[in-house]
Amino acid sequence: MRIAVCVKQIPKEHERIVFDPESLRVRRDGKLIMDDSDAYGVELALRLVGEAGEGEVIVVSMAPHDEETGLRHALAMGAARAVLVSDDALGGSDALRTATVLAAVVARIKPDIVIAGTESTDGYTGTMPIQLSELLGWPSLAFSSSLDLVAGELRARREADDGVFELSCPLPAIATVTSGSVEPRYPSLRGIMEARRKPIETLRLSDLALNAAEFEADGASEEVRSIVPAQQRAAGEVIVDDGTAEVRVLSLLSEWKAI
Amino acid sequence: MTALPKYGCFRCFPNGRRSEMNMGSIWVVAEQHRGQPLPIAFELLGAARDLTDNVRAITFGQGATAAAKLLGEHGARSIVELGDLAPGLPAPRVAAALAEMVAEERPEAVFFGTTFDGREIAARLSARLRRPLLANVIGLELTVDGPVAHHGLNGGEELATTRFINARPGIYLLRPKCFAPRDRESPSTATVAHREPPEAGATDAVRVVAHQEVVQHGPTLDAAEIVVTGGRGFGSVEKFAQVEQLAELLKGATGATRAAVDAGWAPYSAQVGQTGKIVKPNVYIACGVSGATQHLVGMKDSSHIIAINKDPEAAIFSVSDLGIVADVNALLPRLIRALEARR
Ligand SMILES: Cc1cc2nc3c(=O)[nH]c(=O)nc-3n(C[C@H](O)[C@H](O)[C@H](O)COP(=O)(O)OP(=O)(O)OC[C@H]3O[C@@H](n4cnc5c(N)ncnc54)[C@H](O)[C@@H]3O)c2cc1C
Repeated sequence: MRIAVCVKQIPKEHERIVFDPESLRVRRDGKLIMDDSDAYGVELALRLVGEAGEGEVIVVSMAPHDEETGLRHALAMGAARAVLVSDDALGGSDALRTATVLAAVVARIKPDIVIAGTESTDGYTGTMPIQLSELLGWPSLAFSSSLDLVAGELRARREADDGVFELSCPLPAIATVTSGSVEPRYPSLRGIMEARRKPIETLRLSDLALNAAEFEADGASEEVRSIVPAQQRAAGEVIVDDGTAEVRVLSLLSEWKAI
Repeated sequence: MTALPKYGCFRCFPNGRRSEMNMGSIWVVAEQHRGQPLPIAFELLGAARDLTDNVRAITFGQGATAAAKLLGEHGARSIVELGDLAPGLPAPRVAAALAEMVAEERPEAVFFGTTFDGREIAARLSARLRRPLLANVIGLELTVDGPVAHHGLNGGEELATTRFINARPGIYLLRPKCFAPRDRESPSTATVAHREPPEAGATDAVRVVAHQEVVQHGPTLDAAEIVVTGGRGFGSVEKFAQVEQLAELLKGATGATRAAVDAGWAPYSAQVGQTGKIVKPNVYIACGVSGATQHLVGMKDSSHIIAINKDPEAAIFSVSDLGIVADVNALLPRLIRALEARR
């Protein structure tokens, strides 16, 4: 059982993305760390391989400047090795570009399962793993809150508006996992020590026989014209409950015609 | 629609000049459930019709034929219905059908709603056509350079304005409750055609092995006039039950933060925020909720907001009409008693 986990490395101050005023791209020149949302996928992959009794977890990532801090974190959790694609030609890549690069990585390492988060904390487009599945021609189990192997197939639980679904598909397959699906382990001291010696293979686009100019059909692209802070709602009054705040709530609710 | 959308569609041209733009057609992927289009389907049609009259709806699944009629009455000039698509999940084959149709007709844009299926079909279409997509779109505008989209970044903290170049069709994922649906026009003259989607190979290999329906008590989160949301502040599933009790007394719906969903106190379908539902009720009551950006993006456009939090510095107070510094486990029982006493 070989499982690849897609890991996004994002700026540490992920509360606040810094946009380059010239290029209007997210600046990624600072230190990057593993997106918290990806810890669930790493954890689930480690458990699936553990239950299978054989195999390995490989983390894959695309990041500038050979950044590997986030990958070391996943390795410290227990992943066996990592593959990183880093190339200046990939600056400002969107979800489709990322999926195109990761599809080439997947073709190279040939996993049985690819796991990714449902969406990243910074970009939150939420489409990359599905674009990857379509490029590979694999089935996908999106928004999974659990993953199991049953009779050689991948099983997932999905909580939707119209109920809870149990889904199944043959391998190879892609799954995206929601937060809270499992409790991700913290790297142990020993794990952190071992992670320093685990291999990270760094690739350029040429190693993958890819040309960034050919990623989109007809030279299709996006042009960001401006980025401004979103309109903020004004704060109202704040009171301290003196034991009668419910009276105030009721009077507002009736003023707003809610009761 | 209670409140007017903050952004929504607007044109840069006075009425009548729209046609000079030479806009192509806009296609809307309209999801439906048992013959009833989802609210987002009408919002997508509203958004599309604000840009052009040349709007097609594409619908699918059990009940698609019944839904087609309603889509025609809400702004679609033509409807293509793809059948029920069983036994697989719809996305792979809907995307395959769209890719075929796009190759034949080249629309200007394809609009999707940000739902499980909408996201998945848009992503698959983008990969098939090798064209980029824009997600989290909350406003659209027609300029001399064609359509321009306003979309959220960084959990909605920033607003970007972006346009596609050489991307026809542009693929847009629109957020719910940002665009006004059109009034119903009945009877409609819309045409309805069936199209058999092609096979989608291995991508269509997912099967449902079990389905457990969740019974809905009271209004849905989308439709409720009052939403009461509980966060991690409750501390336990037993105490979280007060949120449901309060929601029920107010004839509203129960919401939850991701922390409350992750703790298992509420189902994922109750999650409000970036990865959950966008709600814009008349009144939103946030209890024991810190007010993280990813939560705010799902509720800050509610008409009125009340927040209860024991921390006077809580971020949720920055968007509230009334903030109450209180222990939820002390205030909610009193609020519940006071409401019961009114009955
Ligand atoms: C990619 C991504 C997507 C996300 N999507 C969502 C989403 O869709 N929805 C969402 O909600 N979150 C989402 N989050 C998570 C979000 O960042 C926050 O972690 C989450 O909203 C916090 O939930 P909370 O307010 O319940 O918990 P906390 O942040 O822990 O806040 C609990 C609050 O309760 C207060 N409190 C504690 N005890 C009491 C008491 N007795 N009485 C009164 N107040 C009390 C505390 O002062 C605190 O403010 C997402 C995060 C990421 C990275």
